[in-house]
Amino acid sequence: MAKFFAVTIIVIAILSAIPILRHTWVAPEDISTHGALIDEQMSETMAEAGISFLAAQFVLAFFIWKFSNPGPNAKIKNFPGGAKGLVTAALLVVGIEVMALGIFGVKAWANVYLTPPSANAMPIQVQAGQFAFYFRYPGPDGTFGALHPELINEGSQNYFGLDPEHDPASRDDIVTAEMAIPVNKEIHLLMHAKDVGHSFFVRELRVQQDFVPGLDVSLHFTATKVGKYEIVCTQLCGLGHYNMKAYLNVLSQQDFDDWLKKEQAMQ
Amino acid sequence: MHDMSAHAAQHHAPPTSFIRKHVFSLDHKVIGKQYYALALVAAFIGMGLSWLMRIHLAWNNAAIPGLQLLSQTGAPGGVMTPEYYLQLMTMHGTIMVFFVLTTAPFAAFGNFFLPIQVGAEDMPFPHFNMMSFWVTCAGFVVLMSSFFVGDGPTLGGWTQYAPLNAVGSIAGPGQGLGVVLWAASIALFCVGQLLGSLNFIPTTLDLRVKGMSLMRLPLSAWAWFITSCMGLTAFAVLMPACILVILDHVAGTSFFVASNLVMNDQLIPHSGGSTLLWQHLFWFFGHPEVYIAIVPGIGIVSHILIANMRKPMLSHRTLIYSMGALAVLSYMVYGHHMFVSGMNPFSSLAFSFPTLVITIPSTIIVLIATFSLYGSKLRINSASLFSLGFISMFVSGGVSGFFLAQPSIDIMLHATYFVVGHFHLVMGVAAMFGIFAGTYFWFPKMAGRMMNETLGKIHFWLSFVGAYCIFMPFHYLGMAGNVRRYSTFVDDFLQPLLPVHRFITVAALITGAAQLIFLYNLIHSRFWGKPAPDNPWEATSLEWSTATPPPFDNFGGKHPVVYHDPYQYGVQSSVGDYVMQTSPEQVKTENDEK
Repeated sequence: MAKFFAVTIIVIAILSAIPILRHTWVAPEDISTHGALIDEQMSETMAEAGISFLAAQFVLAFFIWKFSNPGPNAKIKNFPGGAKGLVTAALLVVGIEVMALGIFGVKAWANVYLTPPSANAMPIQVQAGQFAFYFRYPGPDGTFGALHPELINEGSQNYFGLDPEHDPASRDDIVTAEMAIPVNKEIHLLMHAKDVGHSFFVRELRVQQDFVPGLDVSLHFTATKVGKYEIVCTQLCGLGHYNMKAYLNVLSQQDFDDWLKKEQAMQ
Repeated sequence: MHDMSAHAAQHHAPPTSFIRKHVFSLDHKVIGKQYYALALVAAFIGMGLSWLMRIHLAWNNAAIPGLQLLSQTGAPGGVMTPEYYLQLMTMHGTIMVFFVLTTAPFAAFGNFFLPIQVGAEDMPFPHFNMMSFWVTCAGFVVLMSSFFVGDGPTLGGWTQYAPLNAVGSIAGPGQGLGVVLWAASIALFCVGQLLGSLNFIPTTLDLRVKGMSLMRLPLSAWAWFITSCMGLTAFAVLMPACILVILDHVAGTSFFVASNLVMNDQLIPHSGGSTLLWQHLFWFFGHPEVYIAIVPGIGIVSHILIANMRKPMLSHRTLIYSMGALAVLSYMVYGHHMFVSGMNPFSSLAFSFPTLVITIPSTIIVLIATFSLYGSKLRINSASLFSLGFISMFVSGGVSGFFLAQPSIDIMLHATYFVVGHFHLVMGVAAMFGIFAGTYFWFPKMAGRMMNETLGKIHFWLSFVGAYCIFMPFHYLGMAGNVRRYSTFVDDFLQPLLPVHRFITVAALITGAAQLIFLYNLIHSRFWGKPAPDNPWEATSLEWSTATPPPFDNFGGKHPVVYHDPYQYGVQSSVGDYVMQTSPEQVKTENDEK
C-alpha cells in the first residue's frame, strides 16, 4: 500500500503540473503598459513554486516508497547532515528565493502604485454602488462638479448626486454606464464608493483595486490595445454581486472623441 | 520542571450525577469529547452546505429536492436564489473556520490530551473549562438560529467586510438581524476560546509532573501551548470588533460606517466611521487564525508520525522553534489580505516581506518532517496515511502562498478562486487531515475501542485523491481570473470555465460521501469496535502510560514521573524498540536530544 501511495503522490503532482505547463488556464493577453512586469513576476514565481512543489512531493513519495514496512533486520538511521543541514538549506535556498521574489516584485508594484500619474493623464471618475458602475468625464471645462450624496436619485438618473443648478463645474460633466478610453493614453481613475465596498477588476488590464466607502482612492494605467473588455466587481457587495459588471471600451483617439461627443449630446 | 508533589491531590471531586458527568462536566476529557462532538456536527453541516453551493455553481437552475423546506424564499421550488447562495456560503465559511478547524484540533484534542501529556489530573480552572465549551456551544446555537429568524443568515461572507456588515437590512437579506446574530455568535466563540487558552497556558507551564521539562513535552503539547498563546491575543481582538459591529446595528454608533453613504437613494444615518478599520481588526485576528487552525495539526501529525516511523524527528527543538516562529510572524503578515484594499501601498510592501519570510519556518517544518522519514521503519495505517497526506497537502497549499505574498501578483489573484484553493488546501484540508489522523490515532484512548482500519484506509484514499481533484483546479480557475463569491457565472469570460466547476462539483460530492464512511466507522467503533489495549501503537508519551480509557483523575491516583524525552524510539528495551517516558529503564540512544 505504501508503494501505491508513493506512486499516487507522484501521479497527482505530475497531473497538477500539466495544465500549468500547457498554459491551459491562464490570464488573457495583457493590454497594459505595466502588465508585462506583473506577468514576468508571475512566471518567475510559478517556476520557483512549481519546482518546490514537485521536489517536495517527489522526495516525500520516495521516502514513503523506500522506508515503509522494512524487514525485521532494518536499522533506524538518520538523514546524513541532520537537521542543521536542512535548516541551513531552508534559510539559504528558500530565504534567498523569497527575498529575490519580494525585491523584484517591488518594481511591478511600484509601477502601478508608487508612481504618480503623469500631468497629462486623463481623469475619469468611477462610482461603484449596488450593483452597477457609473463613469464620469469632466467635460470641456476639465473640472468635475462636486458630489452631493443627498441628491443621488437613480430614478432621475442623477447617479453621482450632481447639482448643475448651483454648480457650474458639474453642468458639462458626462456620466455614462460604459467606460471608454483612448488607446495608449494614460488614464487617472478616481474611485468613489456610493454605498458599500466594491472592486474594479479588469483582467486584461492587470488592474484590481477595491473601492473604499468614505475614502476616495485612485489608480492610473495605460491600455495598449483596442477592444472591449469586462469590468467586474470582486468585493462581495450584496446579493447582486455576481451580476455587477460594466464594459471597458478601448478606442482609437478618433473613435473616443466621437464617442465622447455622442455621450455629451445625450446628457 | 515542576514537582508533582506541589499538586493538590485532586482539583475537584469525581462527578456522581449524570448531568455533572456527561453534560456540565468539569473533567477535561469529557469537555474534549464534547468539543469533538460539536466539531463533528458542525463539520457535517458545513460540508452539507458546501454540497448545496457546489451543485448550484455547476447547475444553476437545478432544483435541489427539499431545499425549499430550509427556506421558502431562499430556495423557491428548491432552486437557490443568488442571495441564498451567499447566505449558505457565509455560514459554510463561518462554521468551518470557527466551529471545526479551531474547535477540533485545538479545543477537542487539546482538552483531552494536553493535561494527560503533561501528567496533570485536570486543567487548573475546570469551571472556566466547562464554561469554555458551553459558551462555544451557545455561539454555535446562535449562529444556527440565524437560519430560522428574520430574513435568514448574513450574506456578507465569513470575513464580514464593512460597511456591508454594519449598515443594516437595507444592504440585503440577512444584513440586519443575521449580522447581529453572526457577530454575537463569534463574540461568544471568542469568549469560549479565551477561557480555553487561559487554561491551556497554565496547564503547560505549571502542571507538568516531575521530570517533565519543557523540552520533554511532546510536539502535540507544544503545538497546543503555542496555539493557546495565539488564541489569547487573536480572539481578544476579534471579540471587541464583533461587539462594535453589534453596536453599529443596535446603538446607532458608526464604528465601521463612513459618512455620506447612499443606499436606495437614502442617505445612511451614520457618519465618521472607518471601513478599513474592520479589515485591520478582522485580519489581525484572521491571519493568526490560519495558524490557530494548522499549528495543532503540525504538532499532532508530528506526534503520530514519530510513533509510526519508530524514530524521533531529526530535531525536536527546531520543530518547536519553527512553530513558535509561525506564531510570532503570523501577527506581522495580516496586511497581505489587504494589498488592494485601499490601504497605503507602502504598507503592502511592509506586509509582503514578513509574509515571504514566514515560508522559511514552514519550509523547515516540512523538510524536518519529510527527511525524518529517511531511515525510518514506517508503519502504514490510517493515522500515518492521514499524517503523510497532511504533509503533501500542506506543501501543495503552501506553495501558492509564494504568489499571494506578493502585492504585484495579488493584483491578478486577489478575490479569485486561486485564494480559495490556497486556503482550502493549507488550512482546510491539511487541518482536516490532522483531525482525521488524530482521530484514528487517539480514538482507542478516548473511546476504549479500536477503529476499523480497512474503512479508515478507504476513507483516506477517497479523501486524498478527492481533495486534490477539488482544490487543485481552484488554482487554475483563479489564474484564469475566476472571481470568488459569485453565485452565478454570467460574465462572458467565466462561461468557458463552467466544465471545470462541474468536475469540481462531482469530485466534491464523492469526497463528501467518503466522509460518511468515517462517520459510520466512528459511531460503529464507539459501540462495537474491538476493545483497545492501553498502548496499541507502542507509543511513548504519557497518554499511553495510563489505562484505556483514562480514569477520572487520569493516572488512577498515581503521580507519574518522567524519565525520558518524549520520543525514545529505535532503542533496545525490555518492551521492544521504545521506552515510555514514565519508564525508569535506562537505554542508550544516539537520538537522545539534550
